[in-house]
Amino acid sequence: MTSPIIAEPAAKASRTITEPPLVKWMLIAIALAFLALVLLVPLVVVFDQAFEKGIEVYFAAIREPDALSAIRLTLLTAAIVVPLNLIFGLAASWCIAKFDFVGKNILTAIIDLPFAVSPVISGLVFVLLFGARGIFGPWLIAHDFRIIFAFPGIVLATVFVTFPLVARELIPLMQAHGIEEEEAAISLGARGWQTFRRVTLPNIKWALLYGVILCNARAMGEFGAVSVVSGHLRGLTNTMPLHVEILYNEYNSVAAFAVASLLAMLAIVTLIAKRLVEWKTHRPFQAADSIRQEED
Amino acid sequence: MSIEVRHVTKKFGTFTAVQDVSLQIPTGELVALLGPSGSGKTTLLRIIAGLEVPDSGSILFDGEDATSRSVRERKVGFVFQHYALFRNMTVFENIAFGLRVRPRKRRPTSHEIRDRVDRLLQLVQLEWLADRYPSQLSGGQRQRIALARALAVEPKVLLLDEPFGALDARVRQELRRWLRRLHDNLHITGVFVTHDQEEALEVADQVVVTNHGQIIQVGTPEEVYHRPASPFVYNFLGKVNLFHARVEGGKVYVGGIQMPLPEDAHPDATTAKVYVRPHHFDLHHQPEGKGHFRARVLHINPAGPQVKVELETEWGEAVHAEIPDERYRQLKLEKGDEVYVTLKDEKVFIDASEKPDSNPT
Repeated sequence: MTSPIIAEPAAKASRTITEPPLVKWMLIAIALAFLALVLLVPLVVVFDQAFEKGIEVYFAAIREPDALSAIRLTLLTAAIVVPLNLIFGLAASWCIAKFDFVGKNILTAIIDLPFAVSPVISGLVFVLLFGARGIFGPWLIAHDFRIIFAFPGIVLATVFVTFPLVARELIPLMQAHGIEEEEAAISLGARGWQTFRRVTLPNIKWALLYGVILCNARAMGEFGAVSVVSGHLRGLTNTMPLHVEILYNEYNSVAAFAVASLLAMLAIVTLIAKRLVEWKTHRPFQAADSIRQEED
Repeated sequence: MSIEVRHVTKKFGTFTAVQDVSLQIPTGELVALLGPSGSGKTTLLRIIAGLEVPDSGSILFDGEDATSRSVRERKVGFVFQHYALFRNMTVFENIAFGLRVRPRKRRPTSHEIRDRVDRLLQLVQLEWLADRYPSQLSGGQRQRIALARALAVEPKVLLLDEPFGALDARVRQELRRWLRRLHDNLHITGVFVTHDQEEALEVADQVVVTNHGQIIQVGTPEEVYHRPASPFVYNFLGKVNLFHARVEGGKVYVGGIQMPLPEDAHPDATTAKVYVRPHHFDLHHQPEGKGHFRARVLHINPAGPQVKVELETEWGEAVHAEIPDERYRQLKLEKGDEVYVTLKDEKVFIDASEKPDSNPT
């Protein structure tokens, strides 16, 4: 009910300007109240609950070995997943935007697959593939290599879920830019790498950073897919979101909210970073100023 | 550097963009590839540059096969239709790009690069724009910067894709003359693509008329304009009136105007297509004694040195005529007048090569 009202003023600005002030203020009030209820209050509650028993208990909950191990695992996963998807996203969008080949439409559609599939299903797929009774299960056991209920499984599931984020940011931009600048660069004697570094990358860097921020946020916050493949082994395969769930199920709500507050802070930092990048993208001259070409 | 195109064919899927084209471009000439859109002229230019690979045939630079050379190795200067300036670099860095990406051994020093770029900016008369970004330039300025950037690497060949296509009429006129002068000073081989016949005729030494992926005619502007090889060329190189004329006793008749049948006419031809440029007509209030047809004045546009007159012939066809301003004043022509239309000279184009039954009109 409420979301169409929020959308209204933007879509039909010319009409709403002529609305009586009372209606205008009512609409704004409804929108703000809705925002407060669904977004702001939960955020406040997270921090409120986390600090309920004082700052000491809060830090104790975070410094507890299992919590530290969950934080370390989450950071490590993101550190592996984000570069992987950065490289993949660049390669995929480069080849989709700059080349014509058979199967291009299929590739474009497949990139979106992780968005279309429920994360739990994608987790299950990996269990079916690499689990003890999965297709590659016996072979993996024979070679003493664990994927499911181990770190590689968590990375795989996270890679899968965050797969489209970078590519989706880059493809429309690169398609809009076309290939003329790259052609100009090679006709002037630039090699592939030089063309990429000096012409392509500067044109897409803000979109790339934006994609990386989104990818990082999702990689750290992913629950569904990771939950299926991780096995919830405390201190071993528990990521931060899983750790929060375990603590909460044990009625240890202060500790649960303390770890959750870390994730909430990550979200806030992500939003600020995202705003900054958006602000940068809309100021192309400034962006261009900062990347004055230097000698090789 | 001379360029030779030998039996080049290029297809995109089922569409044949260039079909078995052969062409010689001598060193130092400025050649126009002229044709309607979709005639394959841009594809041919891109094949010469190495930006497209031909399906068959070869490209020779100075008699040496360059077909397998990459764009980088061909050392051609290419100016793109939409300029393709690097939007993240200043004008200065755009022009310097080709020098900066050279391997360290051949790369000039910063000082030399600065000198070279400054000289090029002088050449295109835009010194004061060095620190601007492409988005801050006008279309004409971007065009000249794109040219300077292409010239920075001292190419032996300059290729330009619709160099004036995206500019407004006045800037286009100016830049055309400027390009011609520039070419005369630089003495490099140049090829440019255009769909504007005026541009081709004014700027080029040789005009190559293309249509449907093939070359229709090659010649100097004078040759192609005055001795068109086909109705297509005649049609394409200027405004034209088309008459479906009758053929009788070895003569072609348009109303009362009688013309000799061309030598290449089909022996059994009963009809012919006659193409007449608007300025080849003359109008009179009285019959002049020579061949004429009658027409009624529908509309007059007297703005400009040539007065444009829309006519309807006695048999109901629309005709577009252009007469000099003095002539118009002398005749005191008015809308609705009945006039006698004669031909000023014999430079009409008659196509009677079709078989009689293939042309029912």
